[in-house]
Amino acid sequence: MTLALFLQHLANALSLGSLYALIAIGYTMVYGILRLINFAHGDVFMLGAYLAFYSVATFMLPWWGALLLAVLLTAAFGVGLEWVAYRPLRDSPRISVMISAIGASFLIENVAIVLFGGRPKGVTVPDVMNVKLTLGGVSIMSVSLVIPIITFVALAVLLWVVQRTRVGMAMRAVSTDLDAARLQAIDVNRIVSFTFGTGSLLAGVGGIMWSYKYPQLNPLMGVMPGLKCFIAAVIGGIGNIPGAVLGGFLLGGIELLTIAFLPTLTGYRDAFAFVLLIVVLLVKPSGLLGGAAVEKV
Amino acid sequence: MRPKRTHLYTLAALALFTGLLAVADLTFDSFTLRVLDLCAIYVVLALSLNLVNGFTGLFSLGHAGFMAVGAYVSALLTMTPEQKEMNFFLEPIAPWLAHLSMPFVPALVVAGLLAAALGFLLGAPVLRLKDDYLAIATLGFAEIIRVILTNTQNITNGALGLKGLPRYATTWVVWGCAAASVAFMVLLGRSSYGRAMKAVRDDEIAAGAMGIDVFRVKVVSFTVSSFMAGVGGALLGSLLTTIDPKMFTFMLTFNIVLIVVLGGIGSITGSVIASIAVTILMEALRFLDGPLDLGVVQLEARPGLRMVVFSIGLMAVVLFRQRGLMGNREFSWSMLSRIGLLPRAGAADGAPGGKHGVA
Repeated sequence: MTLALFLQHLANALSLGSLYALIAIGYTMVYGILRLINFAHGDVFMLGAYLAFYSVATFMLPWWGALLLAVLLTAAFGVGLEWVAYRPLRDSPRISVMISAIGASFLIENVAIVLFGGRPKGVTVPDVMNVKLTLGGVSIMSVSLVIPIITFVALAVLLWVVQRTRVGMAMRAVSTDLDAARLQAIDVNRIVSFTFGTGSLLAGVGGIMWSYKYPQLNPLMGVMPGLKCFIAAVIGGIGNIPGAVLGGFLLGGIELLTIAFLPTLTGYRDAFAFVLLIVVLLVKPSGLLGGAAVEKV
Repeated sequence: MRPKRTHLYTLAALALFTGLLAVADLTFDSFTLRVLDLCAIYVVLALSLNLVNGFTGLFSLGHAGFMAVGAYVSALLTMTPEQKEMNFFLEPIAPWLAHLSMPFVPALVVAGLLAAALGFLLGAPVLRLKDDYLAIATLGFAEIIRVILTNTQNITNGALGLKGLPRYATTWVVWGCAAASVAFMVLLGRSSYGRAMKAVRDDEIAAGAMGIDVFRVKVVSFTVSSFMAGVGGALLGSLLTTIDPKMFTFMLTFNIVLIVVLGGIGSITGSVIASIAVTILMEALRFLDGPLDLGVVQLEARPGLRMVVFSIGLMAVVLFRQRGLMGNREFSWSMLSRIGLLPRAGAADGAPGGKHGVA
């Protein structure tokens, strides 16, 4: 393999990894606060892509207007989802909440199939995102360069919010102990809504970027990326935002580089993440950057 | 001992149900009969999921994977060499598999055993995990199985799947398996092992303190459940006579979770009733998907409005009635006498009532 080819694969891996990272952040934030796998996160991702598509195709908005509108709507949808499907179960066993999450995920997917149709839709990629950049034999589309930038900006902003602002302090408090936080006069429901809003917003951005990178939409497009990004969050240490980003990059890198070096394994691509998950869970369940959790009796 | 009268009721209900099956077997058209058989298969599958979820409190989402293994193993063992040759036109079948064939019942047992072995191999490491981690790890396992099935062209025929499976799963076979599963679960529930499982479900630490080998109980429960799922998958394959990897997605596991939750997690009769009700409703509501859809089971990724109804149903149960239909109670004849449908029996009894829920 030549150096240029290797760099090409590496560039692709970075681009895919940063996309995974963007979605993994949402998983990790929600899990950090509520100890809940938001199974519907991947479907929120799908919804973001569809909303942007319809904003352009039906309402003739310019692409940036569509992006803005879709992202805001997705964030609102995430808040609403928590309100309907998770808030009533705040004090229920975790299994019930998880079943509710699975139910919500299937509901969104099936409503999407009914509303949007099961046939894949082609996305018109805005010209800015569709420029081919070449540097020393490595060529990528401009969208592949935009995604890592978005991911790192999002990471920086989130770290600032979580570590430096009052909302962030409240988030950390809720994450440590929900009941104790409530006793400190923290409005837990507002913090949870804020978390879901932010996570869904990033999922929306991720979905739209995904649709620019792979310009085809279908109602089940969020399932696989959703599962993989959850795995990325687990690899990095769930509940840890930089960990989610690290996990996203690792997963993207392992997926693409394995295929690059061992092309016979291409068909098994979707299984890598799950094998990695089982290995990580067995070797270091708290993930790479996660602290060891103490089991309370 | 329970009063004699309820035993009589049970016998009568069993006889009545067997009679009904005989009539159905002779008079129903093939479509209705297939739905009836599908009910029985879902009984087996729902009970196997209930064994881990309801009895032992392990939330496993890997059922589709075990079913796939069972379905493929029994299919490859029961197909004749000619049928295999017809299926494998892209790449010839592996030579050691080509002439392997055995009757259906041993094949069913082998399918179950292989699924159980896989369940054991997966369970031994993965069952150290809790709640949601276990769920996602088992879900991941099912996905891995599906990817492997899609890619091993010379063993499973890859994405093309296997067609023209011999149809051994007659009404009597599938309902026999369902009855055996119900009987097994009832006996298990009353045995010391079953009680140990429930103790682990209710409080792992307390169960451990009482001298129960928690980890072993979990592994046994998971392995037995995998066996049942493997047999269920084998029956499903034989009933539909066509299998392919796309059948065994998370959608299939979702259907079984739906049944178990609707029926009441931990209730045998609840699972039986919900299996029958959901399977029949899935067919009855088929018109929602439009007039062109004539298949028997909808396993593709495009279920449409019908699945919206079922998703809403699941959400509604989880949000408003978490106990499902039966909670973790079982049907008993005294339940009927309490609401005045039957004359009161001597003593009230709350013991598991076994199979009568079916009739």
